[in-house]
Amino acid sequence: MTSLLEVSGVSVSFDGFRAINNLSFHIGSAEMRAIIGPNGAGKTTFMDIVTGKTKPDEGRVIWGERSLSLLGLSEARIAREGVGRKFQKPTVFEDQSVQENLLMALRNRRGPFSVLFYKTRPDHLARVVELAEEIGLSDQLQRTSGELSHGQKQWLEIGMLLAQEPRLLLVDEPAAGMTPAEREHTTNILVEAAKTRAVVVVEHDMEFVRRLGCKVTVLHEGAVLAEGSLDHVTANKEVIDVYLGR
Amino acid sequence: MQRAYQGRNRSTVIFLVLLAVFTLTVTVLSEGVGNGMISTSFVKTLGKTLCLALVAISMDLVWGYAGILSLGHFAFFGLGGYMVGMWLMYERTREIVATSLADAPIPPTAQEVSDAVANQIFGVVGSAEFPLIWAFADSLAAQLLLVVLVPGVLAGVFGWLAFRSRVAGVYLSILTQAMTLALSLYLFQNDNGLRGNNGLSGLQNIPGLADVPQALVSVWFFWGAAFALGAGYLLAVWVVSGKFGSVLRGIRDDEARVRFLGYPVETYKLVLFTGTACLAGIAGALYYPQAGIINPAELAPIASIYLAVWVAIGGRGRLYGAVIGAGLVSLVSSWFTGGQAPDVPLGFYTIKWVDWWLVVLGLSFVMVTLFAPKGIGGLFDLLERRIAPDRHGADLGPDQGALREKEASE
Ligand SMILES: Nc1ncnc2c1ncn2[C@@H]1O[C@H](COP(=O)(O)OP(=O)(O)OP(=O)(O)O)[C@@H](O)[C@H]1O
Ligand SMILES: [Mg+2]
Repeated sequence: MTSLLEVSGVSVSFDGFRAINNLSFHIGSAEMRAIIGPNGAGKTTFMDIVTGKTKPDEGRVIWGERSLSLLGLSEARIAREGVGRKFQKPTVFEDQSVQENLLMALRNRRGPFSVLFYKTRPDHLARVVELAEEIGLSDQLQRTSGELSHGQKQWLEIGMLLAQEPRLLLVDEPAAGMTPAEREHTTNILVEAAKTRAVVVVEHDMEFVRRLGCKVTVLHEGAVLAEGSLDHVTANKEVIDVYLGR
Repeated sequence: MQRAYQGRNRSTVIFLVLLAVFTLTVTVLSEGVGNGMISTSFVKTLGKTLCLALVAISMDLVWGYAGILSLGHFAFFGLGGYMVGMWLMYERTREIVATSLADAPIPPTAQEVSDAVANQIFGVVGSAEFPLIWAFADSLAAQLLLVVLVPGVLAGVFGWLAFRSRVAGVYLSILTQAMTLALSLYLFQNDNGLRGNNGLSGLQNIPGLADVPQALVSVWFFWGAAFALGAGYLLAVWVVSGKFGSVLRGIRDDEARVRFLGYPVETYKLVLFTGTACLAGIAGALYYPQAGIINPAELAPIASIYLAVWVAIGGRGRLYGAVIGAGLVSLVSSWFTGGQAPDVPLGFYTIKWVDWWLVVLGLSFVMVTLFAPKGIGGLFDLLERRIAPDRHGADLGPDQGALREKEASE
């Protein structure tokens, strides 16, 4: 399988502190991957680098069939290339309705003039309704999203992510603050998405990771400590020492 | 969105109806057309206020909706005034010169007329030649085009430089203020071709309308301003009500998030900054013929700060809030600073409003910012019983077992 995203030899320091240390990572175009690791391991920073928020000091980030380098592209451009991201703490536009949030995320032309003259089309609305159903917010479409519960915001953000139709989904701790039932639903959405696209999930909850049933990458101090099936990495002594055994 | 959309439609209809009623009332009571209960100078004040409301709308678009606290929009307003003022002054002076030279035994050449006009206009700054920037002053069409082009190009170049390097927040405000200061200092110079601190004057005399009394001209301008405000309001409603408005409010609330959705945030800011600068220019072009005079003091940074204060007091992020703020505060201001407000004798000290009004205004601004961030416009929410719900401390998930907000952020 050819890889969709290829990160190699990436390092980044913040004021002399190496948050990412010679990290390499790649993922295929229809693959699910879980990233685990202790607090401060660099999981979020890794996502920052891929999405263009943080510029690495060295290394390469190569994307897609055309082997495009993502370094030096703006965040917006990278997002348009097909990288979607869900943040650790839910970030939806609280002032706006669920529908407005989803419509804004819906894959479409992003330039100011096309957006200015954009008219809400029935098929777009239908897609929004469909997404809302998927994330269990059908009857909340007109609600201001600031009024939603934490779990619902998490889902709205997942819905926005799906609406973007990205080729790669980077999902940072999607299950935080969710009930067991909600977690299961989230797992299903992610597993479904991974059938047609690449999904990278950062999660602390081992049960959640187990249910994803995918290859696991363990990060520690900004580098890959172990990689393989969940059983394989959880049997690894180093992993137990730095992460599981705490 | 449906609900919000209807709300917006309703407020737009109410606004337009009120504007129409107001226009009609003033017309009927004016000296020029009606029974004369409202003096011509007050008609002008009201017409000017409508122009201020229009520039407040442009400020609200850029600040209230997109979160860019520009301290330069009143400078764009002034530039619009200068552009139309150049034609007004040129053409009016040419008329006068042409009439006086017409009696001469030998018909004057075009050059002689031009020299005489230049002498009239620039005599005060010790010059008798037309500077290059007056090249189009003889053409109304060209100067009207410049009313939008000059603020637009200045905002475009400035915005491109600033937004491209991701200057935002307070730094952007300071930068826009520096631009405004530089512009007004430049205009204060006597050799800049715009008559230095004398500014442009006699703008109330509209060329070709010498026989029409000011009482009538003032009503015409009042109508023009009312029409421009109505049209500008509709344009602004259109801009903010669709997806574009969603993106703008998104940029205001979390611009990084908007970027990760794939929207080129900097381009949006540039388009909005430039577009609203053009709108401000139009408002200024309608204002200064009613004011009669424009000078560099009008463009000073403080004017742009006032503009922000109006919008804040009126309620930013809603268009009628900007209109209310500009209308109310500017009218009350001119009442206090115009010497009409009676002094308050305290025995040991007499409060003279001319001196103290600014303090009152400043205090109200601070109070509004601290205690009523939605401004006067927020009162309408209370009326509609649409009090924002308290979002904190609520259960995070729909179920009992869900974590609470506090735990989740750990
Ligand atoms: N912008 C920044 N400036 C300075 N230090 C940073 C910055 N971003 C991240 N760091 C540091 O880099 C390290 C890695 O942080 P990161 O957020 O990637 O960890 P994480 O694996 O996501 O942890 P968690 O599980 O707590 O979310 C941390 O020590 C953090 O303090
Ligand atoms: Mg993290």
